[in-house]
Amino acid sequence: MSAPRTFFARLSRYYLLFSAGFALFLLALSVLEQEGMPRSWIGYLFMIATITLYATIGVISRTSNVTEYYVAGRRVPAMFNGMATAADWISAASFISLAGGLYLNGFDGLAFIMGWTGGYCLVALLIAPYLRKFGQYTIPDFLAARYGSGAEGRGAPVRVVAVAATIIVSFTYVVAQIYAVGLIASRFTGVDFSVGIFLGLASILVCSFLGGMRAITWTQVAQYIIILVAFLIPAMWLSVKHADNPVPQLAYGKVLPQLSAREHVLENDPKEQEVRDIFQQRAKNYQARLERLPESWEQGRLAAQRQLDELRLKNAPLLDIRNAERYLLAYPKNADEARVLWQAAQAMNQKRSEPITPHAQPFPAPDREQSDIKRNNFLALVFCMMLGTAALPHILMRSYTTPSVHETRVSVFWTLFFILLIYLTIPALAVLVKYDIYSALVGTQYANLPTWVSYWANVDKLNPLISIVDVNRDGIVQLAEIAIDADVLVLATPEIAGLPYVISGLVAAGGLAAALSTADGLLLAISNALSHDIYYKVVDPTASTRKRVTISKLLLLAVAFIAAYAASQKPADILSLVGVAFSLAASTLFPVLVLGVFWKRANHYGALAGMLTGFGVCLYYMMHTSSMLGGSAAEQWFHIAPISAGIFGVPAGLAATVLVSWLTPKPSRRSTGLVEHIRAPE
Amino acid sequence: MDKPTDRAALQARRAAHWRKTQRLTVILLAIWLLTGFLTVFYARELLHLNVFGWPLPFYMAAQGASLVYLAIIGVYAWSMRRLDRAFHEAQQAAEEQP
Repeated sequence: MSAPRTFFARLSRYYLLFSAGFALFLLALSVLEQEGMPRSWIGYLFMIATITLYATIGVISRTSNVTEYYVAGRRVPAMFNGMATAADWISAASFISLAGGLYLNGFDGLAFIMGWTGGYCLVALLIAPYLRKFGQYTIPDFLAARYGSGAEGRGAPVRVVAVAATIIVSFTYVVAQIYAVGLIASRFTGVDFSVGIFLGLASILVCSFLGGMRAITWTQVAQYIIILVAFLIPAMWLSVKHADNPVPQLAYGKVLPQLSAREHVLENDPKEQEVRDIFQQRAKNYQARLERLPESWEQGRLAAQRQLDELRLKNAPLLDIRNAERYLLAYPKNADEARVLWQAAQAMNQKRSEPITPHAQPFPAPDREQSDIKRNNFLALVFCMMLGTAALPHILMRSYTTPSVHETRVSVFWTLFFILLIYLTIPALAVLVKYDIYSALVGTQYANLPTWVSYWANVDKLNPLISIVDVNRDGIVQLAEIAIDADVLVLATPEIAGLPYVISGLVAAGGLAAALSTADGLLLAISNALSHDIYYKVVDPTASTRKRVTISKLLLLAVAFIAAYAASQKPADILSLVGVAFSLAASTLFPVLVLGVFWKRANHYGALAGMLTGFGVCLYYMMHTSSMLGGSAAEQWFHIAPISAGIFGVPAGLAATVLVSWLTPKPSRRSTGLVEHIRAPE
Repeated sequence: MDKPTDRAALQARRAAHWRKTQRLTVILLAIWLLTGFLTVFYARELLHLNVFGWPLPFYMAAQGASLVYLAIIGVYAWSMRRLDRAFHEAQQAAEEQP
């Protein structure tokens, strides 16, 4: 009884010391900034300090013991396991993009908050405790043992399908994390994007390569503390500034009505209307050109050429000539390209000409029918995110790491608790930043634009993260003239709030920690699936424990390099598929996991059919409806967006499992015995 | 312990424990489902209701539902511990009987 207690006390002491050290580090840096240390140094110091920290923890926790490597020795206390899972969970998308998404979409963005928190109810009630009682190493392990009436009773077919699902889901996700690492590193230290990726890769590897789950767990706890501090400080600052209350989660209730009032004022401002009319006109122009393709393309090209010639003839200023040249260079190469580009431009201008939608308004739409479609999509998205959360292998495998079933249940509670500390702040941050921009930035003179605007506008020249252009040429910023990318909001918040640069560095370090911690967990999930489930369980069951861990480490290295290579190609299509990973995970793994515990009659044929059907239906729907994958929105069923394909995949998977199980022989005595074992109290 | 009656009694106790677990799970999942579904489905109708400055649906989607989810997990962990303890006490009582 007392050994775990002292272990817990020792851990608490270490992490308290760590937090104090981190606070001192922040304090020292802010003093140095006052003394005039250059900004880039602060960026470097944050990068070096945090990565050294993770590397140190990784080296201290190195291990070649199987149980330590795969499940951290099954002795992580519930609270620390919860913290580590929270860091595992809070990805670059949660940290960087979610608040920006809420800023842009208002109420409709909250689907992610609801879905990603509600999913933990399913984890806690339906899956995690039973996995812990089962007490092996991976998710395919459980499915193979439960549905093990296949070849030689080892459940190889089920295992292989489960491994494939694990890899597909985790790989898209890990590429996005490594991509984010490269992005943050390059923005805050000025190194090249690909150098940033390999820096990040190195820091991921030092902690997961040597110590597997054990090293990852203790690094993730440290990373969680950094994530939390980095997220809370700017939010609290803004909260004090706008509501005189340092608790943003409570304070923004007061700011929200003020924001609504401000939205109302801006909505009726004639200057805003003027800008929106200009965008409306531009959209109409593009529409007219689209209708007259391909002649309009030819005419436009000739007109641009003529314009350039005229400028050259009358010796116009060099700047004008350059602009005309650039315009001609960027002009679509043929009519097909023109159609794509102009359609995008038309949609963009049309969108910017729309009136302001109130932040708290659910499902804004011109009529009731379209509003209903938005509501249905909201529900479908929440459903997919919830079930996807409950089927993500890198989250579920954390339920193996606690000392007992009871600790696993408590650990899920702590997980959601620590996630909520961040997730309840995200909507608050979105409202506070929005109010700040609506009331402080809107209405300023163009001559006095704050410096952060030009800084962030120049970070990515091709797709500016923020652009403010004086559309109606009145010298004053109108709301309709501001275009902000969702990804910049959190990173720019310290500057928007007028905080010192140290806090910007801290936020970058937080984003880095969020991406790294998730990438660690995902890489481990993939390499464990390959080494434990494929190599040890299928290829060479006689492998020694030492060999298994070595193989696992080598595979981790290989997977990490492949993922880093994929990320360095800046794959826009993979990044857009991350949300889809939830639908795929839900459709493929959720039905068999839950039925495996709650329905004894489910057998190995049913499981195979369920996984394949769920995956197939989900993939089919996405292929046919996502424009990224060559489908079209016209093929949608009930107007459900492709990201929510799981709403069809999950019922299909459930139905296939049930039907095929009924039509085929009962599962073996061993499977039934296993179900009774995991259901029984420990 | 190996007597058939003991085994049957153990089976019965396990079955009872499982029934209670199932009931708890179903009740909590019903609360989980209702919280999410009602918040979203009636969001437009409930917009005029206010809690501490937030419109009710916005509050629920941004905070309330998540807090309910946390409470559900907390209640589950606590109740399951009680169920497990009750099971072990019954088990011990049965073993101590001659």
